[in-house]
Amino acid sequence: MIYEVFRRERKGQAFEHAGSMVAPDTEFAEAWAREQYGRRGESVALWLVPRGAIHDVEDWADEFDLKYRRVDGYSIKARLKEARERAAQPMARGEGSTRGR
Amino acid sequence: MPDEQAFLEYVQGGGQVETGDWMPDDYRAKLIKFIEMHGNSELMGVLPEREWILRVPTLQRKLALTAKVQDEVGHAQLIYRVVEDLGKPRERCLADLVDGKAKFHNVFHYPTKTWGDVGVIAWLVDAAAIISQKALLKCSYAPYARIMKKICWEESFHILHGRDVILTMMNGTDEQRELVQEAVNRWWGPLMQFHGNPIPKETDPMYIWRIKSQGNEEARQQFLDGYVPQVWELGLTVPDPKLRRREDGTWEYGEPDWDELRHVVTGHGPKTDERLAFRRRFLDQEQWVRDAVLAA
Amino acid sequence: MADDRELLLGLADDELVIGWRDSEWTGIAPLLEEDVAFSSIAQNEIGHARAVYERLTDDADALAFDRPLDEYRCAPLVELRLLDWAHTIARRWLYEVADEIRITALMEDADVGGLAAKINREEAYHRMHAEMWRERLRDEPRFREAVTELWPYALGVVLPAQREELAARVGLDEVAAVERGSHTDDFAPLWEEMTMVRRSAPAGAQW
Repeated sequence: MIYEVFRRERKGQAFEHAGSMVAPDTEFAEAWAREQYGRRGESVALWLVPRGAIHDVEDWADEFDLKYRRVDGYSIKARLKEARERAAQPMARGEGSTRGR
Repeated sequence: MPDEQAFLEYVQGGGQVETGDWMPDDYRAKLIKFIEMHGNSELMGVLPEREWILRVPTLQRKLALTAKVQDEVGHAQLIYRVVEDLGKPRERCLADLVDGKAKFHNVFHYPTKTWGDVGVIAWLVDAAAIISQKALLKCSYAPYARIMKKICWEESFHILHGRDVILTMMNGTDEQRELVQEAVNRWWGPLMQFHGNPIPKETDPMYIWRIKSQGNEEARQQFLDGYVPQVWELGLTVPDPKLRRREDGTWEYGEPDWDELRHVVTGHGPKTDERLAFRRRFLDQEQWVRDAVLAA
Repeated sequence: MADDRELLLGLADDELVIGWRDSEWTGIAPLLEEDVAFSSIAQNEIGHARAVYERLTDDADALAFDRPLDEYRCAPLVELRLLDWAHTIARRWLYEVADEIRITALMEDADVGGLAAKINREEAYHRMHAEMWRERLRDEPRFREAVTELWPYALGVVLPAQREELAARVGLDEVAAVERGSHTDDFAPLWEEMTMVRRSAPAGAQW
């Protein structure tokens, strides 16, 4: 059986995928992973997960432009330039409240 | 439809490939062969050093040398796992190795004759290997690049250990200094051949596919630049009267014996047969253990 | 006290020599994963030997490597050349059971109790490892034969008063032990190889 090994380097850090090993059961996998991924004290914890237990998700549909959900979906440079230029001009009396309608 | 040209442009542009991705058959085949050779080399590299684990003259050095060789076995495990996920099972890699059908690096076909060799291997041979390994951190095949991170990190103590062993001997008796010089004399030729003959990068399929990111000559120059000064500053000599640093910073050297390299890596090194037979003996002898363990 | 010193020297020499024997498997163990794990065990044993030598002398290397053959106090069990896995694991398992009895007794000692406790904590992993392999191989005839063959030697690791307990834990009847005090034929070649580099230079040479 193939076990995927995840290790946590220090408290506060997330588990990261570190490698894989073939072992007959979790007892052997543990004995071996302890040494392969921890003999230098480089891990505070390990997760050993049979590869078959991992559910892979690898494809997404992105047919319609849904970029509004992301930072790169916004381009405010041009609008900001216009607004700054506007702010630099003296305002005519009474105009401010009706601007932008 | 997957397109080899598009894949080529992708990897040449720095694109990374993961295990399940489509890849051209040639890329996969070259990758397997290259990575398998690396695994074989780590495994065969254990044998010359293993003898000396049993002869180590202090407790500290015994621990350090055992740990160094342990790392190499660990690297072999990581590397063969990558090859296995690419489609070639470890048992087949090992079978091909002991049958003489697969290659491993030239340096591991030579004898280790003295404690001087133990120092020189950890100091210079490992240094030559690490230069190549650092270049592999940028391999287009990501699973391999990732294990190279762990490998390079672990190798860092090997060079320090090697340097410490050498310096201790150089500060010791005349006989100990002589051991080091004699070992350097014997290992220099294989070291100069180690990175391979200077094929231009652009014609090297390994580089074209971005499996390797460094040409052979580039690696050798890096080795010379880093380590010849270290050798010379200890008062040691190198058996190459042509070796010198040019004005432009590159190193000039006597032409390595490329015939010797070819002869050795095709399985005709001084220790090739003996070491492969030793491996085969234990592989065969302990097959029952693998059957008992992996038959779960 | 002379007795204590003999006991400690025996412990240190056992760990040194079994560490040496276990390190013979570096690179040639049946599985690469096991090779790595087994090597850690060998290193731990050398580490234990060193820690105990350091209690007995200022120069642990000299004590470890510079004695003539007949001054070593290791038990015959650890000296045996066992380059096959069934015997190696049988020895590992028997040694760990015996060693646990010995170390636990030492943990009561005012002087070395702390050190013994430290060793014991590390040995816990060795015991897990040995037990794991014994479970896996218990039905293998080779393994059972190896245990039977090595049993008299295992008894020699512990003091006579401790042998009844060892027999109970191993599940075998007590038999005549191969006692500490004389060396097996396998020890001389081991000693030769272990000390050859050291003997090649004058005493006090740095390595």
